Amino acid sequence: MYGLGLFKGLGITMKNLVSPSRQFNIVQYPNRRASPFDLAKVDNQNPISFIATHPIKTLRSLIGLETLVDRMPQHANFRGEEFAWYDRRCTGCASCAKYCPLGIIKIVTGTSGVNQQEGQSYDIDVFDIDIGRCMFCGLCVEACPYDALHMGSGFEEGKYRRSDLVINVDQLKAAEKKPSTWFRPQLTDRGHDPIKGSTADWDQVGRHEKPSLEDQGERWAKR
Amino acid sequence: MSTIRTEPVTINLGPQHPSTHGVFRLRVTFDGEEIIDVEPVFGYLHRGTEKLAESRNYVQIVTLTDRMDYVASMSNNLAYVRTVEKLADIDVPERAQYIRVISVELQRIASHLMATGFLLNDLGALATPLVYCFRERERILDLFEMLCGARITLSYMRPGGVFQDAPADFWNSLNVLISDFPNYLDELESLITTNEIVLARTIGVGLLSDTQAVDSGVSGPVLRAASVKWDLRKANPYEIYDRVNFDIPIGNSGDTYDRYYVRLQEMRESIKIISQCIEQIEPGPVRTETPFFIRPPVGETYSSVEGPKGELGFYMVSDGGISPYRCKVRAPSFINLTPLKDMLTGWKMGDLIIILGSIDIVLGEVDR
Repeated sequence: MYGLGLFKGLGITMKNLVSPSRQFNIVQYPNRRASPFDLAKVDNQNPISFIATHPIKTLRSLIGLETLVDRMPQHANFRGEEFAWYDRRCTGCASCAKYCPLGIIKIVTGTSGVNQQEGQSYDIDVFDIDIGRCMFCGLCVEACPYDALHMGSGFEEGKYRRSDLVINVDQLKAAEKKPSTWFRPQLTDRGHDPIKGSTADWDQVGRHEKPSLEDQGERWAKR
Repeated sequence: MSTIRTEPVTINLGPQHPSTHGVFRLRVTFDGEEIIDVEPVFGYLHRGTEKLAESRNYVQIVTLTDRMDYVASMSNNLAYVRTVEKLADIDVPERAQYIRVISVELQRIASHLMATGFLLNDLGALATPLVYCFRERERILDLFEMLCGARITLSYMRPGGVFQDAPADFWNSLNVLISDFPNYLDELESLITTNEIVLARTIGVGLLSDTQAVDSGVSGPVLRAASVKWDLRKANPYEIYDRVNFDIPIGNSGDTYDRYYVRLQEMRESIKIISQCIEQIEPGPVRTETPFFIRPPVGETYSSVEGPKGELGFYMVSDGGISPYRCKVRAPSFINLTPLKDMLTGWKMGDLIIILGSIDIVLGEVDR
């Protein structure tokens, strides 16, 4: 009978509209409307006392004027921008520059003593990554033998000029260190999740556990 | 009264047209509404992948293969790394083979969902079936993000295995997906398969007989819809395909409807393969230690896999150096365009779009 498919189709679209298991995974990005309960949670307060003490904020949130900034839900393995580079781990071996399929990593080392690392005899003057051409394949991270370079976790690197997209050694040093767990299983084992905002310092990202002073003492004694 | 003078009209479809699935141009000559001649023009998305491969080493080329068929990067990765493994004689651990097969079958589902969604979009069912297909594809892309950190340009495989084992939460998400995916497919089928408009527009349209299909060298769902039972996973089992049970769905007549229906059934077979792989997979290493600069012995080889679009093969020549001397890609989308003129001639203007959509071309792969 003609027309039956039409009603069947309408039934399925209706089912998709109301059924909770068939909802689209929509993320209000970058701002999400905040309810009074969310605001109370941010302020670490009891919701009732929050409503009593902040009546204007409560009213604003009820008509949808109060927002919260949310991170996109992603897996910790996500390989993104803002490379996490630890200058104290880097030896300037340039493995990453050799592995890069596009050749966008530029490393210059010297012996001038200006940018000298602790315990090393030469310095890393230039460490440029042209992320305007980067395709985030992660081969540089795979190459790094000292766990000095990690993929980042961000994705909002909009700039007005191409030259701004070249991140240099000072920017890399100053950047917030939120390394992705991509190709770094030791970070997953230590419960690191950059999407939830945890940062890692240079001595927490290595594939080997940092030896304690007692262990070091024993090792020296044995030799 | 004399008859009205008529003459054929030539119309350009594309290169910037939403229904050509990319920058594809068709010079179509019409006699009234009927197509009498078709001349495909392509090359607008040519990036010289094969030439670029000659100046990169064997691991770096993996990133180039992602960009060929950008809706099925995983299959391209597999086809490429298998060729390198054959050329350089590298063994792959068993667990890596299982993970490869699981990820490739997930990619096949994602690619077929996109083909089905866009076929219906071309039919005029604007957006509704397409967003349903994309919603499910999104879940597969989330799984890929867990596996390898990216959603489209994956670069997951390396010569000698995969670069990283799947994280622990991947397996739970995968089990959830394969348990409710058949229900979703049933729903999609009840929306489309018995719909009168879809049946009227697709049955008998764009016929490709089995002899025509074999003669023009097409492969994949287009060939199987023309009732030729040929699938490289059965005919020449690679990886662990000889350890799993699955059927090859074939069509009856080789029309547009068959090509849609074969894809739909292939998604069910893929779910079957994945669930068997989950049962069989065992812990172990996922990557053979290979040097970054692989130097295969002098020689040449061809190896192919059954991608979502058809037989995807790489022909590589090594001169003993760190990068290939020649890398030739047998792109299924490109070769599936061969019988386009036979399929289109005699049909009306409105059928042109759906016949083109039913072949499921990706211009990144056609032009490379």
